Order: sequence, then C-alpha cells, then structure tokens
Amino acid sequence: MNRFILPVVVFLALAGLLYVGVRHSPNKSTMVSALLGKPAPVIELPVLGDPTRTFNSRELAGRPWVINVWGTWCGECRVEHETLLAIAKQNRVPLVGLNWKDDDEAAQQWLTQLGNPYSVVAADREGRSAIDFGVYGAPETFFIDADGLVQYRHVGAMTTEVWEREFLSRLPKAAMP
Amino acid sequence: MIPELGQFALVLALLLSGAQAYFGLWGAHRANPRFMAVVRPAVAGHFVLVSTAMAVLIYAFVNFDFSVLYVASNSNSALPTFYRVAALWGAHEGSLLLWGWILALWTLAVAMFSRNLPPSFASRVIGVLGIVSFCFLLFTLYTSNPFERLPVEQIPADGRDLNPVLQDPALAIHPPLLYTGYVGFAVAFAFACAAMLEGKLDQAWARWTRPWTTLAWCFLSVGIALGSWWAYYELGWGGYWFWDPVENASFMPWLVGTALIHSLAVTEKRGLFKSWTLLLAILAFSLSLLGTFLVRSGVLVSVHSFAADPERGMFILAFLVLMIGGALTLYSWRAPLLKSPAGFDGISREAFLLYNNIALVLAALVVFIGTLAPLVNDALGMQSISVGPGWFTRTFPFIALALVVLVSIGIHSAWKRGKLSDSRRRLGIGLVVALVVGLAISLGAYGPGKWLSIIGVVLGVWVIVSSLFDPIDRLRRRLSLSRAVIGMTIAHLGLGVCVIAISTVESYTIERDVALGAGETVALGRYAYRFDSLQPIEGPNYDGVRAQVTVLRDGKPLTVLHPEKRNYWVQRSTMTEAGIHSRWNMDLFAALGEDLQGGRWSVRAQLRPLIDYVWLAAGLMALGGGIAASDRRYRARQAAEAAATANTGTAEAT
Repeated sequence: MNRFILPVVVFLALAGLLYVGVRHSPNKSTMVSALLGKPAPVIELPVLGDPTRTFNSRELAGRPWVINVWGTWCGECRVEHETLLAIAKQNRVPLVGLNWKDDDEAAQQWLTQLGNPYSVVAADREGRSAIDFGVYGAPETFFIDADGLVQYRHVGAMTTEVWEREFLSRLPKAAMP
Repeated sequence: MIPELGQFALVLALLLSGAQAYFGLWGAHRANPRFMAVVRPAVAGHFVLVSTAMAVLIYAFVNFDFSVLYVASNSNSALPTFYRVAALWGAHEGSLLLWGWILALWTLAVAMFSRNLPPSFASRVIGVLGIVSFCFLLFTLYTSNPFERLPVEQIPADGRDLNPVLQDPALAIHPPLLYTGYVGFAVAFAFACAAMLEGKLDQAWARWTRPWTTLAWCFLSVGIALGSWWAYYELGWGGYWFWDPVENASFMPWLVGTALIHSLAVTEKRGLFKSWTLLLAILAFSLSLLGTFLVRSGVLVSVHSFAADPERGMFILAFLVLMIGGALTLYSWRAPLLKSPAGFDGISREAFLLYNNIALVLAALVVFIGTLAPLVNDALGMQSISVGPGWFTRTFPFIALALVVLVSIGIHSAWKRGKLSDSRRRLGIGLVVALVVGLAISLGAYGPGKWLSIIGVVLGVWVIVSSLFDPIDRLRRRLSLSRAVIGMTIAHLGLGVCVIAISTVESYTIERDVALGAGETVALGRYAYRFDSLQPIEGPNYDGVRAQVTVLRDGKPLTVLHPEKRNYWVQRSTMTEAGIHSRWNMDLFAALGEDLQGGRWSVRAQLRPLIDYVWLAAGLMALGGGIAASDRRYRARQAAEAAATANTGTAEAT
C-alpha cells in the first residue's frame, strides 16, 4: 500500500459519512416527526435570564402552544426572527422559545437587540429537550395541541405563509379571539 | 409547446455529451483520429443545445408562462424584467441548468483554444468534461427538470414570486460568477485526469493548465466577494462573513484553488510537485462539487439553502463518488509513476510555495471540519453539536496570518537554491516599514484594539511592501515587467489590503443597537445618527417604510441615510435594506430593526472602518489573476511547444 492510495480511502470514508447524512436527512418540505400525533415530551428547564425559575411544559396543558427551537449561532434563526416577531404580535397562541446549546449572555443580548417574540424562553444548554423532540437542526417549530399532542413540525425558517397554512389553521375556532 | 423544446434540447445535449465523453476518451485511448474528430463538433452542438434550453427558460420567465412549474414558483407578474431573467437561477432547477450551461461554455472555450495541444491529450480533456456534463445533465433531467409543466387545472393566475432575498442586483449576478468559478475548476480537473490517463505530466502540461485555473479562480474570487457584499447590505446586520455552510462551500474551493495556482507555478517552472498538483486539481473540483452537494441536498441547514431534497442529495452523492472516487483511484494508480527531476533547498522559493500550500490546505481543512462537524456527529448518532463561528474565529485567523508571514518572506526567495542572506536587506526594510506603517494605522489612526488585529495590520502592510520590492527593482533597472509579474504583484497587494481591512473592521467597528423615536440621536464616537422621520414607500412588488437618518460629524450634518423595511406582497416576507454611506475610510451603516410602536424603531447604527476594502481586495486579486492569465507565454510559445510534444505523443502511441 502506498501513500497515493490514501486520498481515495479518505474520500470513500467521507462519502460513507455523507451517505449516512443524506439517509438521515429528512426531506425538509415534507419532514415528518416520529412524534406526530404523540404526546409532546415534557420540557423542564431553567428560564433564560432567570435561572431561579423553571419552565415546565405541563403548565401549558389544556391549550395549544408552539415551540420554536433557536440559537444565536444559527444563521437561519436570524432570517425567521422578523416573522416570529410578527407572529408574536398577533398574540394567537403562546410561542415558547427553546434556546438550544447556546450561551446565556449571547441569547439574552440577541433578544434585547432584535426583539423578543417568545412568551417564555427555556434554556436547553445540554440539548436534552431538543433530542427528546428529535430536533435535527435549528430553527424548528412544533405545534402542540390542547391535548398535548405534537400536531405539526416545521423545519427551517418560519415564514408567514407556513404560519398561516400550517399553524393558524390548526388552532381550534374557540381559541381564536 | 416551447418549454418542451427546451426539455428536448436538454435531452439531445445529454446524448451529445455522452458522445463527447465516449469518442474523446476511447478515441484517444485507441489513437483513432476519426473518433477524436467527433469531439469538437459534439462540444459545439452541446453548447448550442444547452443555450437553447437556457433561452427557452428565459423566454418562459419573460413571458410569464406560469404553466411551467419552475416559472410559477419563482416569478410573478409584478416582478421587474431584470429579476425575471435572474429568477432563472433563483432556485434549484434553474441553478443546475445554469451550472450546465457554464460548463458547456467552458468546454467550448477549451475546445476552441486547445487546437495547439497534442490531439490525444485535448481529446481526453474534452472527454472528461463530457463525463461531467453528462452527469450534470442527467441529474438535471432526472431529479430537477426546470421545464416541468403544471396540469392545466393547476396553472395559477399568478406566480409565487422570486424569493425576495434574491431580488437584488448583486445577488442576481452573484450565482453566475460563483458557478463560473466552481465549474472552471472542472477544466483543471479534466486536465489532471487527462494527464493521468496519458501517464505523462510535464512542464508543458502545467503551462496549459495554469491560465484556465487562474481564470476560474478569478471568477470565484469575485463571486465570493459579491456574495459577501450582498450579505452585508441586504441581511441587515452589517456583517460580511458568517461562516455559513454555503459561504464555506465556496470558500473551500477558493483556498484549495489558490494552493493549486501556486503549486502549478512550481510544476511549470521546475517540474516539481507533480503528484501534489494533481491532487490539488482533483481536490479543488471535488470541493466545488461538494459545495453543490451541501447546498442542494439539505444535509446542512443554512441561510442560503432554499430548496433541499434527499433524493437529489443521493444523486449528487453518487455523482461525487463516480467523479472524485474515479479520479482519486486513477491518482493512486498513476501518481506513483510521476518522477520529479530535482530536489530543492529548505528555504528556496519551491519550499516556501510548499509551505504556503500546506497553510492553504490546512485553512481549507479547518473550514471543512467546521462545516461538516455537525454532519459527522449526526451520522455517528452523537449529540448534534454546533461548531459555530467560535471554531472558525479561533482557528482560521492564525493559519491565515501564518500564511501571510510565509508570503512576505517567501516572495524574496529564489528558485532552487536557498539563500535568504541575499534578501536579508529586503526582509529588514520590509519589516521595519510594516511595523511603522502598520502600527501607525492601527494604533495611530484607530487607537488600541485587539492585539490580533494589530498584528494583522502590520502583516498586511508587510505583504504589500514585500510584493513591491521586485517590481520596483525591475523598473529601476529599466527591465520590462511581464504580465505574470504584474498580475502576481497586484494579487499579492490584494491579499495585503484584504488582511489590513479585515483586521481593522474586526477590531474598530463601532455598533449600537438602540430604540429611536423621531428627532432622537445616538452617538458613535465623533459621529452621531439622528432619526429624522419615516415615510411609507411602494415598489413594484412590495411596500414598506423608509427612514431618514441624518449622520452628524462633530455636530454638523454629513450625510443622510435611507434604511428601508420592505414587505414583499406575494411571499409575505419582510426584508431589510440597510442605508449605507461609503466614505473612503469607512462605511456609515444604518438598518431598521423592528417597529417598537409609538413611532419608535430599533435602529442598528454602525461605523465600519475600511470594510469596502475587503471587497476591493478581492477585486484586486481577481484583476491580478486575470492579468497573469493573459501572459504572453501562454499564447506565443504554445504553438511551438505543442508541435514538439505532439511528435513525442505520436511516437508513444504507435
């Protein structure tokens, strides 16, 4: 074996990795979650900016809510931020932020600078809750109904169009103001 | 009917590229001149057909043919004509068609300018390009047909509009330039494969390959710079580089391409580094393909990936394995046969170019690791970790600065023998000037900043001074300057300017995010931004607000900025248009954040010193590359060389 074989060996290893990556990579447009129709994992995490308080998702039981996974390190989260602010202004459904693998200070600074669309932000430093939700990359947004079941998952930046088509449409009429 | 013509043209082009590959490679292998004679007409026909497909799609866009799915998804009747044409590459399918067309264009250029090359070699080069074309067109037709029609009952009255992010002049021309660079490396790749197939790689080979590689590199430089400039004024937070996977995807081939250009120089001048040059040529194109894979397959989420689909990812992966795996297998078999004639000293120019190559490849590796780490973790089922910008800012600047030091020293070294004592005076003068000027700029003009930035400014000045010694010396001795030397000098000046600019902007940017109401002011050093008023605006396919922000210097009005917030109707998305006033030494930047109600807005106010020089530097590098690629020796001596090599070529074949 000579050193000239090395490049092709390294490449094939990488190709194998990419293969696994593609196989795992769900289709973004029709991405389904194993959780769809199943109870949403319980989140119990410190609240961003106030470590003495704990956010417990059980508190939201009985009403629909939306959770958005984000991080200051995530480029696309910036892109969707404007949309989230607009959504928050409609005030139709609680928007919970799951701040994923982030730095507390950076996350708080982000919210101060760009505006805070979330009714509460849970700080998921270890990424445990994100794993429970099967998050594959930020941003992701989940719709959880009044029975605590995951009804929809959106991967990638939120847009007004997706919001209206997939999220608002899932709100029961009674929940509308 | 007309869109079907486009699809038909693509199918014919696919068949012709198959013929081009078969007759090019097999004809050269069997030394069959009649086979090889088919190659050039096939290339011409291929180009005409792909151009037809392009023209058909543009026609569909300009004439609002919403029965074509791609047009309906990416255009709208309110979209201005310019963007209706640019919408062609606004999404996946059209981007691929553009990729294919640019490849056809490069292949046509190679076919036209390779008549002086040995026929079997030229035939192999074009044959390899034929394989690339074939795979790409197959991919386009099989997974991403831009001419797909909608059933009659589903034809919309109006289109869904071009992604508003892309409705911008710089971004409209950014993809074609970027692709021209990416695809241009296919030519270097084909030259490398042809040399391996021939089992022969000499200095003439390096001379043929160099101008093509340099030219591709120039396009890539400008393409990357345009993308960065766009992100700066359009994304609205004033940064110019985000280590985003898609940016990295274009930056990696650039780094390796830079290494390739320099390695080719050694192969041409001294006949050394043959197998290394081959490897870099394969690598540069591989990274271009990988870039396409990353952007299009959806394995990595990014600001720029607008469409993603695992089926496409699988196809591109198969394509990658075929092209890169094939080339690297060929490499493992043929590269050991290449012998380098001579050795070189540890501080000769060859050695410094080797060190530079190592630094550049290391830089590319760092970017590579940072870009793919999330994927690796994902594949291994580990916790998904985000490497984030931290990884890049902790590693990349150090490699870059080491590279800059190597450039400044290596530029004085001589070929073959290593004696830096000859250039000790130049090294000394250069360093002293760099220290004085660099410290004067960073500390004198801007005051204390990050130490890394101060070092960066000094080193940047050092590169500039170092690269000027030789040309000035030649001019003083009334020697002529070849285009190669002029080009190299300009490109190295560009590097110096780039390092100075990035160091300065990273350290001395002043930014404030504040809430402002009418008449309120925010201070930024000597400057102050006053938020005057807000007016509603309406464009062809959007409405929004435009603010008037007066910039004051020492209390006196200097200029007025007009940052905008636009709501695009069809896709209902909000875009930020920053208000920027460029001065010779800094940008005054203002962007609107969110409406805080009651007439107050959050405003992002920034002073970014020297930022425009980052893009200017990229322009200088590209200009230098262009001048170097037009050097006389690539044209004048080619004919004679080719005649000589052609003789030996036929002798071997028989």
